[in-house]
This record gives sequence, structure tokens and C-alpha cells, in this order.
Amino acid sequence: MPMIDLDRQTVRELNAALHRLAPDTNETLWEVTNSDGKHAIGAGVDAPIEIHIKGHVGYYCAGMNKQASICIHGNAGTGVAENMMSGVVHVMGDASQSAGATGHGGLLIVDGDAAARCGISMKGIDIIVKGSIGAMSAFMAQAGNLVVLGDAGEALGDSIYEATIFVRGKVRSLGADCIEKPMAKEDRARLAELLRRAGVEDGDLDEFRMYGSARRLYNFHIDNIASY
Amino acid sequence: MCGIVGLFLKNEQLQPELGEHLSRMLATMSARGPDSAGIAIYGAGTDDLIKLTLRAADTDMDRDLARRLGAALKTPVDLVRRSNHIVVTIPRVLQSQALAWLREHHPEIHLVSAGSRMEIYKEVGLPERVADQFALPAMQGTHGIGHTRMATESAVTTDGAHPFSTGADQCLVHNGSLSNHNAVRRGLKREGFVFETENDSEVAAGYLTWRMREGDSLKQALTSSLVALDGFFTFVAGTRDGFAVLRDPIACKPAILAESDDYVAFGSEFRALAVLPGIENARVFEPEPATVYAWERR
Repeated sequence: MPMIDLDRQTVRELNAALHRLAPDTNETLWEVTNSDGKHAIGAGVDAPIEIHIKGHVGYYCAGMNKQASICIHGNAGTGVAENMMSGVVHVMGDASQSAGATGHGGLLIVDGDAAARCGISMKGIDIIVKGSIGAMSAFMAQAGNLVVLGDAGEALGDSIYEATIFVRGKVRSLGADCIEKPMAKEDRARLAELLRRAGVEDGDLDEFRMYGSARRLYNFHIDNIASY
Repeated sequence: MCGIVGLFLKNEQLQPELGEHLSRMLATMSARGPDSAGIAIYGAGTDDLIKLTLRAADTDMDRDLARRLGAALKTPVDLVRRSNHIVVTIPRVLQSQALAWLREHHPEIHLVSAGSRMEIYKEVGLPERVADQFALPAMQGTHGIGHTRMATESAVTTDGAHPFSTGADQCLVHNGSLSNHNAVRRGLKREGFVFETENDSEVAAGYLTWRMREGDSLKQALTSSLVALDGFFTFVAGTRDGFAVLRDPIACKPAILAESDDYVAFGSEFRALAVLPGIENARVFEPEPATVYAWERR
């Protein structure tokens, strides 16, 4: 198992080694120590490997991830798993703002809380936050699912296009054009599957409420002419 | 972009190491602010004496200056030099007399701060070099705040470096930019405040000083700044016995806090906290937007 000590090697060296991996690599289990909040750890990985980062990470950890399963044994800074394409990123502590921003695919699991703008402009990623999320989360979200076991901050789903938000706790306020929707059978099945993938055992589906787009911002509306 | 670090010690045994930890924290934030750096440090002091931190580049005149100022004030004056700053300690009651004398006889000397316990050192240049220049690693105290600046709102000058101090033992560092600082500055000028720079952060410091002069606690002053100040900010403020953190309601600028039985530590990024002893056992969390976090020494 490759073990990288970031007190001895640079993040650039780590990332270069990860980028060199062939799709059929045998080096499938990596461990990174002394992360100490350094930025861009494990960004741009495109290989079916598992990486354990034993500590807190800085900005953009696991950004653009493809295929890899990356576990952060600590807190993550701004933009963890931003623009993820596929794979799994698991933050065992808290995540800072813009977690999973613009993500196209894959699964982001945050065991603690995620700060403001979680899932901003998400484009297909699934995000599960076991704690609470901050203000302006899922802003302009386009596709994917955001599941929150705790509470949501102000202006949830502001200007949302098409993504689904499930919240178990309280929502402080909904943003423009975000509304609560009735949960259909398919929605419940999708939620159950997401909870299962995140290892949530006690997920009573009836405790969740679902939010999405009212689709009133899609087109110019003549009734709003006076606002311009 | 700017970097902020702050350390407020709860465990008295760590006081001899305050400067050492702050220096290391400051160095980690060089990438966020390579233009200038500054440190406010709360060390020893008594209520009847006041320490004037002055920027005085002429190193040859120290003995003469202490003697002449002492003669004018009719009291011995203690003078300690650290690079191009000096700290002059005088009886508190003679503060305005001393400042008037300095203005008249040494207009080239610039007042950086005044306080019974606080000293401020700031200079342009890389943070690590600035810390070494003032021998920060050897400084002792109860709490301190440091700033690394990437200038956006005004020029890269020593005057534009943080922390800003607009009242005795009070200091503020700021990451962000304010959009209504001119209007607030005009209002504070009417209240008798004199500003040294065109800097938006100095206005925020002045605002807090004004609120505390009107009877607010540091926590109350910061709470009212949420209404009075418009813009992006993460503030870290210090008073003689207090330490506080506030982020604007959108929380654009990064902030992370760590608290343990030994200390409260602030960093713009976790990297700044990673160098602290016992950080693995501290509670590490992000301060909420528009929420004042304040600690007071008992």
C-alpha cells in the first residue's frame, strides 16, 4: 500500500503519482498522512482506487474526482469534491462551504455538518450530509440529490433548476422558486437507496420533506414586466 | 484575500510561548497575504502605565529621545526598540502630554498603538520576515492577533497594514472589503475620530472603538456592526482582556476556530491551526455567519 507523508512529500508529488495511475493499477489502496489542512489533496484522480487521508484537509480536496473512493478522516475545507464526476468522497468530520459544488456525478457523504452553499450549482452529484447545512445550499442546483439529516440554513435551493432536496430537520427558509413537493413512490425509493449507500440505518423516510423547483424562473413572465 | 491568525490562551502556562505559536501560525498564512504583516500582542502591563508603540526608524536617537521626553514629562521613560518600532512606557496620566510633545518635536514618529498591555508591530514584506524582524517568536502574553495582507482596497504601505488600533488596547484585523466605509467614516469624524488612512478596515476599527466608548461591550459593538457595516468581512478583534470573531451574514471570507482547555485559536484556514500543540484534541469548527463569538479573560 502506497503511504504518502505530506510532511516529506509535496501535494504536487502526491497528485502527480495519483494522476500517473493506469486504470488497471494494482496500487488500489493509498494512505495519506500529515494532511494538516493542505489544499488540493487528491484533486483530479481518475482511477478506481481507495484513498484514506488521515487528517484535516484544506481547499478543493478530491476535486474533479473520477472513479476513486476518497475518505477524509477529519474536516474538509472549502469546495471538497467540487466538480466531482464519479466515485465516492466521504468526509468523516465537517465540510466547509461549497461542498460538492458543481458536481456532475458520484456520491459525497459528510458525517458532520456542511457550511454555506453546499451543493451550489450541482449538476448530478448525490450529496448526503448527516449533520446540518448552511445558508444558500443547492443554489442554482441543476440535477442530482441533496439529502440532509439535520437542518438547512436560509434560502435553501435558491433559483433551483432541477435537483431534489430531502431534509429531515428544519428548513430556516426556502430561496426563490424553491418549493416543497409531495414525495412520490419513486422519490421515496431514491431516498431509501441514497440512505442505504451512505450507511444510514435509522432513516425513517416519513421524517423527510422534499423540495424542488417551482419552475417559475424558467421563462420570462410578462406579469413581471414592472420589475425590470 | 488576506490571512488572519489569532490565539487567546486559557492556560497560563502557555503564555511564554505565545509569540512562538503566533509566528508559526502567521507564516502558514503567507500565501494568503504576502504584501505586509502585522501583529498585536497583549503582554505584561499595569493600569497606571501606558505603552505607546511608535514607528521610529532612526535607531540612533533612542537614548536621547527617552531622556528628552522624560525631561518634558518630568518622569523616567522606559524605551524598548524592536527594529523600526519603539515601545515607550509612561504613566497613563501623561499620555496626551507625551503625544503632544512627540507631535511637536518628532513629527516623523508615527503612533501605531497605545495600551496598558497591547503592542502592535507591522511592516510591509513577507509575514515570516516581518515576524523575525520584530522578534515575535520570543514575545510572551495572554493573547495576540496577526494579519497577512493582500491589498485590495488601498495601497501596500506600512500604514495600510493590519492590525488597526483606534482605541487603547483595542485592535482589529479584517479580511474582506467594506462598501460603505466612506459614509461610516464621515459619521465617526463627526464623533471626533481622526483617521490615519483611507483604509476601510480602519473605519471598522473606529466604529468598534466608538461603540465601546458609548458603553458597549466588545460583543455588543460587534453585534451592532452587523447593521452599520456593509460588505464582506471576517473580523478578529482584541481588547485588553477580550478576543472576538465575527463573519458577515454571507460568510464569504473563510474562518475556522479551535477551542480546547488550553486556548482559543483562529485561522483563515486550518493550516494555520495545524501547527498548534494539542490541536488534535481541540474542538475545530467554522464560526457561523453573522454570529459574534467572544471570549473574556477573568
